[in-house]
Amino acid sequence: MPLIEKRIQNPVQIERALTRISHEILERNGGGDNVVLVGMHSRGVPLAQRISTAIERFEGIKVPVGKLDIGMYRDDISEKGSPLMKPTDIPSDINGKTVVIIDDVLYTGRSIRAAMDAISDFGRPSQMQLGVLVDRGHRELPIRADYVGKNVPTAKDEDVQVRLMEIDGADEIVITTNNNDMGDKT
Amino acid sequence: MTLETASQQSFGQKHVLDLDSFTSQDITHVLDNTLAMEQVLEREIRKVPALRGKTVVTLFYESSTRTRVSFEQAAKILSADVINVSSSGSSTKKGESLYNTALTIQAMQADIIVIRHPHSGAPHFLARQLRSKVINAGDGTHAHPTQSLLDLYTIRKNIGTIEGKKIVIIGDIMYSRVARSNLWGLTKMGARVVLCGPQTLIPNDFLNGHRTEEGHPFAAVEIQTDLDTALKDADVIMALRLQLERQKAGHLPSLREYSQTYGLNARRLAIAKDGALVMHPGPMNEGVEIETDIAHGAQSVIEEQVKSGVAVRMSLLYSMAAGQNLEI
Repeated sequence: MPLIEKRIQNPVQIERALTRISHEILERNGGGDNVVLVGMHSRGVPLAQRISTAIERFEGIKVPVGKLDIGMYRDDISEKGSPLMKPTDIPSDINGKTVVIIDDVLYTGRSIRAAMDAISDFGRPSQMQLGVLVDRGHRELPIRADYVGKNVPTAKDEDVQVRLMEIDGADEIVITTNNNDMGDKT
Repeated sequence: MTLETASQQSFGQKHVLDLDSFTSQDITHVLDNTLAMEQVLEREIRKVPALRGKTVVTLFYESSTRTRVSFEQAAKILSADVINVSSSGSSTKKGESLYNTALTIQAMQADIIVIRHPHSGAPHFLARQLRSKVINAGDGTHAHPTQSLLDLYTIRKNIGTIEGKKIVIIGDIMYSRVARSNLWGLTKMGARVVLCGPQTLIPNDFLNGHRTEEGHPFAAVEIQTDLDTALKDADVIMALRLQLERQKAGHLPSLREYSQTYGLNARRLAIAKDGALVMHPGPMNEGVEIETDIAHGAQSVIEEQVKSGVAVRMSLLYSMAAGQNLEI
């Protein structure tokens, strides 16, 4: 199957987007004192850590970072096979906090729905917000992101891949198109 | 989110009848997800919606506390609906056959049936006849795969890995379904297994068909009748329950002699590696196969075995419910 790959963001652009999102989080929430970042496995976790580091650089405060695996909250477990779950670690108390969910790509919105359910089982945040590096459209639920690195209009048969140093050894965002339409897209 | 679906789908079993059909990836998959399940058990709200709308039926034709309760708890924490059927309180008492009882249960749209039965092969029979997925919770002297999975999990959690470790299983090997399933599980994960017990309970030709077969996982299994020799360099010691009826059947001269020759005590424990794990699938005959101070001592992980039972079974139920290509 021939895969056509097109790079749409380089490391500098990713860095700039994350810097802007970090500022926007601080601006919107009047500082970072009440904020908890929760990164969704896999790539949301390093993204959340980078945002936390950026905020520390700007304001000198450490925003706690949690990790979330939504495997047990998906609404499609009978269709997708058994995923390998990664550790979920929600820092201490999220009651009354502003929880900012961080993920790499926002697509159908189903993962975010699952993440909101999962976070609700750990407490009652005063609000939840959503930050993503890429919004590629095609929502299937009434969900939108509060912080977006880049809006990327895509066709359904395309795939957006965010690659990060921590996991993939390099920072870039690419769009892949599968010439053969039979590909199983997620 | 970009899902790496293909690489993560590493559980390939529809039913869980014994570990002989499991690959080491299947086992590793279940053990890895058990960690995530343990985290759920530590939460304030111990409930996740993973199996919402699924029905799990436990069908027990033999008495059991540990296994049935831990299956029930596992299924409930995952939000499945659980129906418990025991032979004593059901139409089985009126002479209904296993097949007909099972058909009735299937008609109630059970997604997963957990069965324990005194006859070896009963779960396999159900798996062939029914559309539901079947978990063997112990059949006769044949297999007890979920006990083995929780034993594997307990070993891996305490000593990091199973591969290359020396595991000594002591006692009533011939009648033990736990030992049989553990033989598969441990050898598939690369452990060195030593079986130890009186010749009446490990016949000379035990496993012979497999042990002479080149490349068979049992080919490297050792059989040893002298416990002190067997225990040298052991990383894990598993004592098995001695069914008290064995003496009546003529397998043993007396319980006292058995306990002197094969009972696990402080002197014998000292022969094994420092800090070797002491395990027992329960229920224990303290003072027969294991001394009380060892059963509750610092090296014992027996209570931990029971505890991990719930998380391991959650992981297994989850993997089965999520099985993609296994839809009926």
